[in-house]
Amino acid sequence: MLDVPASATAGIIRRCEDLFSDLHFSTARAWKAAKPGRKVIGFMPYYVPREIIHAAGALPLGILGGGDQLEVIHGDAYYQSYICRIPRSTIELGVSGRIDFVDGMLFPSICDVIRNLSGMWMLMFPNTATRYVDLPQNFEDDVGGEFYRSELNEIREWLGGITGQPITDDAIRASIEVFNENRRLVREAYTLRTDEPWNVPASELYLVMRAGFVLPVEEHSQLIRDYLASVRDQQRPIKDNSRVVVSGAFCEQPPLTLIKSIELSGCYIVDDDFLLINRWERSDVSTDGDPLAALSRAFLHDSHSTPPKYEPDQAKKGLYLVEAVRKHRAEGVIFAMASFCDPALLDRPMLQDILKAHGVPQIAFKFAENSGQMQPIREQAGTFSDSIKLWSGA
Amino acid sequence: MTIITRPASKPADIIKDASMSKQKDMMARHYERLSDAPANGEKVAATFVPGNLNELLMCFGFANNLPEVNAIQSGLRKQSGGYVMEAEKSGHSEDVCTYVKSDIGMMSKGNIGPNGRKLPDPDVLLLSYTGCFTFMKWFELLRQQYNCETIMFHTPYMADGKITKDMIKYMVKQLKQDVIPKLEKVSGVKFDIDLLRAHLRKSAIAEEDLVWVLQSAKTKPSPIDAYFGGIYYIGPIFGAFRGTDDAIDYYRFLRQEVEERIAEGKGPVTPDGDMGQERYRLVVEGPPNYTHFRQFWKMFYDEGAVVVASSYTKVGGTYDFGFRHDPVNPLESLAEYCLNVYTNRNLPMRVDMLENYIDEYQADGLLINSIKSCNSFSAGQLLMMREVEKRTGKPAAFIETDLVDPRYFSPANVKNRLESYFQMIEQKRAGLRGAA
Ligand code: SF4
Ligand code: SF4
Repeated sequence: MLDVPASATAGIIRRCEDLFSDLHFSTARAWKAAKPGRKVIGFMPYYVPREIIHAAGALPLGILGGGDQLEVIHGDAYYQSYICRIPRSTIELGVSGRIDFVDGMLFPSICDVIRNLSGMWMLMFPNTATRYVDLPQNFEDDVGGEFYRSELNEIREWLGGITGQPITDDAIRASIEVFNENRRLVREAYTLRTDEPWNVPASELYLVMRAGFVLPVEEHSQLIRDYLASVRDQQRPIKDNSRVVVSGAFCEQPPLTLIKSIELSGCYIVDDDFLLINRWERSDVSTDGDPLAALSRAFLHDSHSTPPKYEPDQAKKGLYLVEAVRKHRAEGVIFAMASFCDPALLDRPMLQDILKAHGVPQIAFKFAENSGQMQPIREQAGTFSDSIKLWSGA
Repeated sequence: MTIITRPASKPADIIKDASMSKQKDMMARHYERLSDAPANGEKVAATFVPGNLNELLMCFGFANNLPEVNAIQSGLRKQSGGYVMEAEKSGHSEDVCTYVKSDIGMMSKGNIGPNGRKLPDPDVLLLSYTGCFTFMKWFELLRQQYNCETIMFHTPYMADGKITKDMIKYMVKQLKQDVIPKLEKVSGVKFDIDLLRAHLRKSAIAEEDLVWVLQSAKTKPSPIDAYFGGIYYIGPIFGAFRGTDDAIDYYRFLRQEVEERIAEGKGPVTPDGDMGQERYRLVVEGPPNYTHFRQFWKMFYDEGAVVVASSYTKVGGTYDFGFRHDPVNPLESLAEYCLNVYTNRNLPMRVDMLENYIDEYQADGLLINSIKSCNSFSAGQLLMMREVEKRTGKPAAFIETDLVDPRYFSPANVKNRLESYFQMIEQKRAGLRGAA
């Protein structure tokens, strides 16, 4: 249980916690059972076009591994010790029947592990429609943009094959609007955290955002509205904490206890890259004209920078992190990266150099989604927080 | 006639095929060319083995320096361990690919090539992005170091087992609008598509002979080892020689040697001479270990085990499925080549391929050498092993090593595993004989 005030917020967070720890996905199951013919489409980090799934009348369901509660019995037999944990716990979810109600699975182009997992899924679960989502690494409209549009169209047809209904442009435009609304609320919540981190603890906001991976988007938008209203209704004590950005956990998720440990050690997390898909597009996606072209343009020109995405301009490499520090008025960066996560760990030295060049203090540690020992992390983050205060005092 | 030469300088050294000596010559000239490039005013490009657009780079006069090949050389020369540790000391994670760390460590130690001379800084990094996500980070790291033009050339993944028109269109557009103009700019040479066609014509000739050589392993006994020996055979085509007369000559020569070995009923040439009786025929999935290459190979040929087909010899192109570079459609052909590299094929395709190899090459089973460094190859291999075992009924085994990090090569463990595997094969045979 989280340590939250007995208020409306507490009720909301309790609900989010239940959703978070339900590894049988009862809410999504209930959603599917409520109406015959409903379909659920699972997706893995870090980005898929949820708008098209929604336009197909299906529920996009985020599969983010098994966290620290899932006992991995079968999954380890599929992976060597030197591969991160999320694929093995995802296999566990599949083999144990926990996601047997999922009609289709999407595996985005993020790294070799998830790429290969798409093929494993085809072999292991032949009755589940499985698709890899290729994402462009060329950011010219008529090159990468055109390719991505064709990819989006293939996804549209693939989903139409699952639901038995073609997906119209109008339906996609309407879904873009629904997601635009959700993203506006998500941004509002993150901005509030930047402004009042004592009122919006990261561990709490994480749960609220994580709920968006299992709930229909309309319900999630309402949940954020309720949360924001309840938070604005209360004041929590301001602590003498340092403000930090947490970077590197864009795929395998840290255990909730890790987020809490960073906070308990004296840090306000004012920005992070957990669950990045919920704010992938930085502003509204256009609802004019060809909706697939609009989604493609948003991906190319208005989406977040993150290690799996190529930065064509060397001068801009990693600057997004410096920008995040500035925008969120942070005093340091904590790199929290999944063990054996190639994209994160290979990128880290470059990001560290850029932060160093801009005088931003930083620390780094690795985690696994089931890491249990938080004491070392708490100590490391605590020392970091103290030293930041010392530097800023000096 | 197969010529077995003992280089006069080192009497106890490996016994070499004549083709190996020729290749050694080619490589020596290549490294000299690279080292001399700055003095000779030659421009240098760096790129990757999978997706290596050697013919295109040659159109602009670039000398092609492949960091993966340098890492292999460092591994074979037992220098990579130090380089990897050097990179880790400077902040690179112990968890990530050791090819990258060997390269970075080598850079920090002066970038001395196998010829003992400094390798030149690249003028352009051609980030041919197929089959491995690490490539992107690797060249971002090099870009930071060298501050030079870096060209992303993105190959979509063959996730559905097919190549679509949209994929080809995307890649050809990248070539036309981005890759070629940037190569023109860096080299100062205007692109000549007819020159590219001429190079591709030569590539196809050499590719024909390479495939013949690799498929010669269908003969019993196999005249080649298609993994340990195969690594030498793929060298010129996967490296800086595809599209050259040198490569054509090398493969013609190699083919003649192999033809003679077949005629004489001989098995493969090993570092200790002709292999004795062929006892086990294996298909191998995964890259080899380079830091203990000879020791590793010896564990096979001492037991009469020969590798008749391997996936590693397809990382720079799956020519045995019929693909040849095509001078008639040059840019499309480059795209198709990149799409077809082994690690850009989805897992079901990889499983089918291994299954078919076991059948076509009459192998006794599948051995997986799982590489700690390499998620591209390794993620999913345990499932692949089970699938192939299930489909073929032939025993499979799994060993774990690393490409160029000596800390992950445990000779005793590997040897034990191999010995038990060979016993499994024997038991299987005895079982079959008993059942017959
Ligand atoms: S944690 Fe990293 S390496 Fe593992 S699946 Fe995710 S992106 Fe890939
Ligand atoms: S991850 Fe594998 S394919 Fe990629 S660079 Fe490393 S060894 Fe090569």
